[in-house]
Amino acid sequence: MTLLSVSNLKTSYGKTTVLTGVSFHVDEGETYALVGESGSGKTTLIRAIAGLAPAQEGSILFQGHELRGLSDRKMRPFRKDISLMFQDPVGSLSPRLTVGGLITEPYRIQGMTNRDLNAEAARLLEMVGLPADMAGRYPFQLSGGQARRVGVARALALEPKLLLADEPTAGLDVSVQGELLNLLNDLRDQLGLSMLIITHNLNIVRHVSDRMGIMYLGQLVEEGTTEDVFHHSKHPYTRALLSASPKPDPHAKMDRIILHGDPPSLLKRPSGCEFRSRCPFAKDICKDTPEWNETHGHSVRCFIPLR
Amino acid sequence: MTTPLLQIDGVTIDYDTKKGNLRALRDISFDVNKGEIVGIVGESGCGKSTLISTILQLLPQNAEWKKGAIHFKGKNLIACNEKEMRDMRGKDISVIFQDPMQSLNPVITIGRQMVDIQHRSTSPYAEKWQKAIEMLSMVGIADAETRLKQHPFEFSGGMLQRIAIAMALMSRPDLLIADEPTTALDATLEVEIIKRLKDLHKEMECSILFISHHLGVIAELCQRVVVMYAGSVVEFGTVDEIFFNPKHPYTRRLIECDPGHIKERAKRLPTIPGEIPDLTEALEGCIFQERCSESIAKCKTATPPLVSLGQNHQAACWLNHDQEPE
Repeated sequence: MTLLSVSNLKTSYGKTTVLTGVSFHVDEGETYALVGESGSGKTTLIRAIAGLAPAQEGSILFQGHELRGLSDRKMRPFRKDISLMFQDPVGSLSPRLTVGGLITEPYRIQGMTNRDLNAEAARLLEMVGLPADMAGRYPFQLSGGQARRVGVARALALEPKLLLADEPTAGLDVSVQGELLNLLNDLRDQLGLSMLIITHNLNIVRHVSDRMGIMYLGQLVEEGTTEDVFHHSKHPYTRALLSASPKPDPHAKMDRIILHGDPPSLLKRPSGCEFRSRCPFAKDICKDTPEWNETHGHSVRCFIPLR
Repeated sequence: MTTPLLQIDGVTIDYDTKKGNLRALRDISFDVNKGEIVGIVGESGCGKSTLISTILQLLPQNAEWKKGAIHFKGKNLIACNEKEMRDMRGKDISVIFQDPMQSLNPVITIGRQMVDIQHRSTSPYAEKWQKAIEMLSMVGIADAETRLKQHPFEFSGGMLQRIAIAMALMSRPDLLIADEPTTALDATLEVEIIKRLKDLHKEMECSILFISHHLGVIAELCQRVVVMYAGSVVEFGTVDEIFFNPKHPYTRRLIECDPGHIKERAKRLPTIPGEIPDLTEALEGCIFQERCSESIAKCKTATPPLVSLGQNHQAACWLNHDQEPE
């Protein structure tokens, strides 16, 4: 069953078009990862789904309900089911609330105060593997990993159906990063959660997501099962991204596709295929706009897909 | 054997904090040879930044020098006065910082900043400007002449980092300290910067001290690696020794944890349970023993020394010692 279905979503800030028609869906119980580099529109997309960024065109269907263009008041009931984990773990926590106050704030906002909030706080802390006495602490007293866990507890307080996670491991050390991903995997199994994860770190995507999409300049250029995208990537950009990640092995053979130049400015988008200004395989045909081609659940936007 | 360019011997630094004395560096020793790239790898709080400040003698007021010595080109940096140090910084030793946006002045053009940094040279302005153009082209920024008249906000992050590299190499330093220079960049730009650094290293023949928490980058760029944990050097050796024959449990765990290392999809990712010890407390024994799954009785009572385990490989772990009767 499709839980979230986004189609042809467009967002502009003034003259700057950030999202140029994004379509994808997340099934129930599925983890979908969106991968892209800075400026590819990942964060805008996730914020638009959460109703925190504008979207001028397209639709966001959550369990069949249209979310695009809802007022804050009308959006509020859906916030119980869709929760967001922000990118900056410490910055997203109010410095003046204790951890206990922070993780029970969602109940207060939703008017669910007829329950024992202290007990809820204790339950949530236990769920994310933090000691109960953490409830009395303030955000500045937390380590990066602990702040992340508080973010997870807060996001899961209302037992949402969909968790939107914006760069959940950014700024974490490798030894702690694994803990957080294990926790998210466990909670997904326990709570039957669907997740939309946004990241630029391909190494973690492989271990957490069922399906994934690659974004470039505000649109998807490739989408498929994680397996397919990792082993049979078709878009040159995907291939370049995959080959870019340095391996912890001094003798690793690097068949690297090095991209030249910088990503183009959103104000000066290339005509035709938007990747052609950096694509090592671009031909004349790429001056036209490539279509979104799907075969067996693996889609790509490229005239000359790689084998 | 020639003397190393940079030699660090038993450096120990304390910070005076509200919670008491915090030992930030514990008996750090390693060296960097001329023309070599040495990587320093470690997680947050392992003392990487303190180490850089120590080499540059730019420690904050509350830092206390406990013991040790740092020799650079045969000169003891500890004995240098402020003027001698100032002459060395930026000329013989230069630094690239993590965030290029914060190391450049936002209201002054790139060209002006690149000329200003040559303040030691007595050559005329036009010559300095010409040198700036050369350096920019060298790091692969096209149309350098026009670009010099622009401000930092008109460049992308990757370009700014290349400009920072150009500026750091302008004085042809003997030692370049690169403090997480690719952490703020995307993967495709990261590989470009690494390639650029490799090429420049060949051309300029300088030594590089490359600090990173990213094992992949270290493996690709460096010849020797220092592994740090909680202010100590736990292992030091060639990249091959560190990655294929690690002799310290922390190094082994760290390599295991790197998701780039795990090729197949894993439901559970490996982690290192526990946290870095509180450095304000007097710690006994091995610094890693609380989180170490292989620790033995001796680890609790005695600090293992950094001992040589063959050519170009040192580690500080009791497991590498023959079990002698107590």
